[in-house]
Amino acid sequence: MSVTEMFSYIQGFLSADQDVREDIRKVVQVLEQTAREILTVLQSVHQPTGFKDIPSKCLKARELFSTVQSQIGELKTKFPVEQYYRFHEHWRFVLQRLTFLAAFVVYLESESLVTREEVAKILGTEVDREKGFHLDIEDYLAGILIMASELSRLAVNSVTAGDYGRPLRISNFINELDSGFRLLNLKNDPLRKRYDGLKYDVKKIEEVVYDLSIRGLAKEPEAGGDK
Amino acid sequence: MSKREGNGSTRRRRTESAQRAEDPLGHTSQVVAAFRVFQQELDTKHDKYERLVKLSRDITIESKRTIFLLHRVTSVPNVEEVLNEADAKLDGVRQKIGQVAEELRGEDLHQFHKAFTSGVQEYVEAVSFHHFIRHRILISLEEINARLVFVKEEKLETKVTGEGSFPEACVLTFQVTPTDYLLGVADLTGELMRMCISSVGNGDMDTPFELSSFLRDIHDGFSYIGNMGPYEVSKKLHTLRQSLGKVEDACYMLRVRGSEIPKHMLADVLSSRTALLDHDEGVS
Repeated sequence: MSVTEMFSYIQGFLSADQDVREDIRKVVQVLEQTAREILTVLQSVHQPTGFKDIPSKCLKARELFSTVQSQIGELKTKFPVEQYYRFHEHWRFVLQRLTFLAAFVVYLESESLVTREEVAKILGTEVDREKGFHLDIEDYLAGILIMASELSRLAVNSVTAGDYGRPLRISNFINELDSGFRLLNLKNDPLRKRYDGLKYDVKKIEEVVYDLSIRGLAKEPEAGGDK
Repeated sequence: MSKREGNGSTRRRRTESAQRAEDPLGHTSQVVAAFRVFQQELDTKHDKYERLVKLSRDITIESKRTIFLLHRVTSVPNVEEVLNEADAKLDGVRQKIGQVAEELRGEDLHQFHKAFTSGVQEYVEAVSFHHFIRHRILISLEEINARLVFVKEEKLETKVTGEGSFPEACVLTFQVTPTDYLLGVADLTGELMRMCISSVGNGDMDTPFELSSFLRDIHDGFSYIGNMGPYEVSKKLHTLRQSLGKVEDACYMLRVRGSEIPKHMLADVLSSRTALLDHDEGVS
């Protein structure tokens, strides 16, 4: 094989590769748009009026997630399934956002941490790598961390809206998350950087809880009895 | 009194969140249990990654040594001997790549690609250099991949499953990606330039011309690809231009002044011109 032939073969490979990436980019753009729509729906829980109808907001978000499912279904057709990690960078960001949104919805509904299986079900992906398009564990964890900072915001706003019970529950939840993350041996990667931000969320929520308890606003029975 | 104690314990529970996992009240939450699973999964992944990095380092070192060995062909009478020795070394490298292939069995090649890409590039450089010295042509990607097929006797597997009825020899392959190949070939041009200069020093008047036409072919190939390839390719293209320029200069000088200057002095002239760039390469 001559040098020219070899290079034209590689050129062919590279241009095919670029076409695939172009296709993926298009689908991911649509997916990002849907993610933004869901975020807009959920953002209204920070409004004082939004606290009353959280369930309806969640329902609306869940409806939008079915759009996400079909869009991810489309994304799956754009590349060979065993080359997931070759193009991972393209959808990594949006998948983290979607995990965050799914986790946020589940938290608002049931005040519990979404499992990976649940996220996979909501997004229409597989759980295991072997079975096809899946959610990478690091992306799942990154999504959870995004939710943590969203919850610290929610704690502040729920006080403004006059809901003094919620910050305490959020505080318990975040503390649990924090101790969970402490179990992980993270490398010096983007996930680790994001995890480093968690302590500020924890701190913020603890400040909110402190403010509430010194004013006797926290509705914990022991806190009132001690005074 | 009892109330006060109760208060203390809740406060402790809230503030010392780290100890929640081993809470004496038996409070092992679902969250913590889930994270224990994540911990294991992440650790397994990181361990595999580290092992691959280590293998990649070994591959890099051995390939570099092979390249150094191959540079001796310009000054040694028996070229074949050196080539055979290099081949033996490359076999060792290939075994290491076999270990990489084994680590990657059942995994997505691209998930760990960053761990071993530098080693593979170095191997491509070494094996293509070897191929060029022997055949004077560019080794193709298929030829490289064809030598990276490993047959492994499966002993562990049969032990685990407990059915040792079929001692099946499983075939593992390792595929060098076109991008890695491309980057390896780009590195090769630097070695060819070095070989060109040193062969001038040895009074070899044919090799430099052969090398310059080969390098020109490669350069044309890279220009054909242009900025289609990954970012690193365009960076290497710059170095490739410099190497080509030096080789062309050398050929020019041989043609013009080759008959005038004694050969050992020619080498001096050329090496003083390349000293600067050689130093740069040594650092990177």
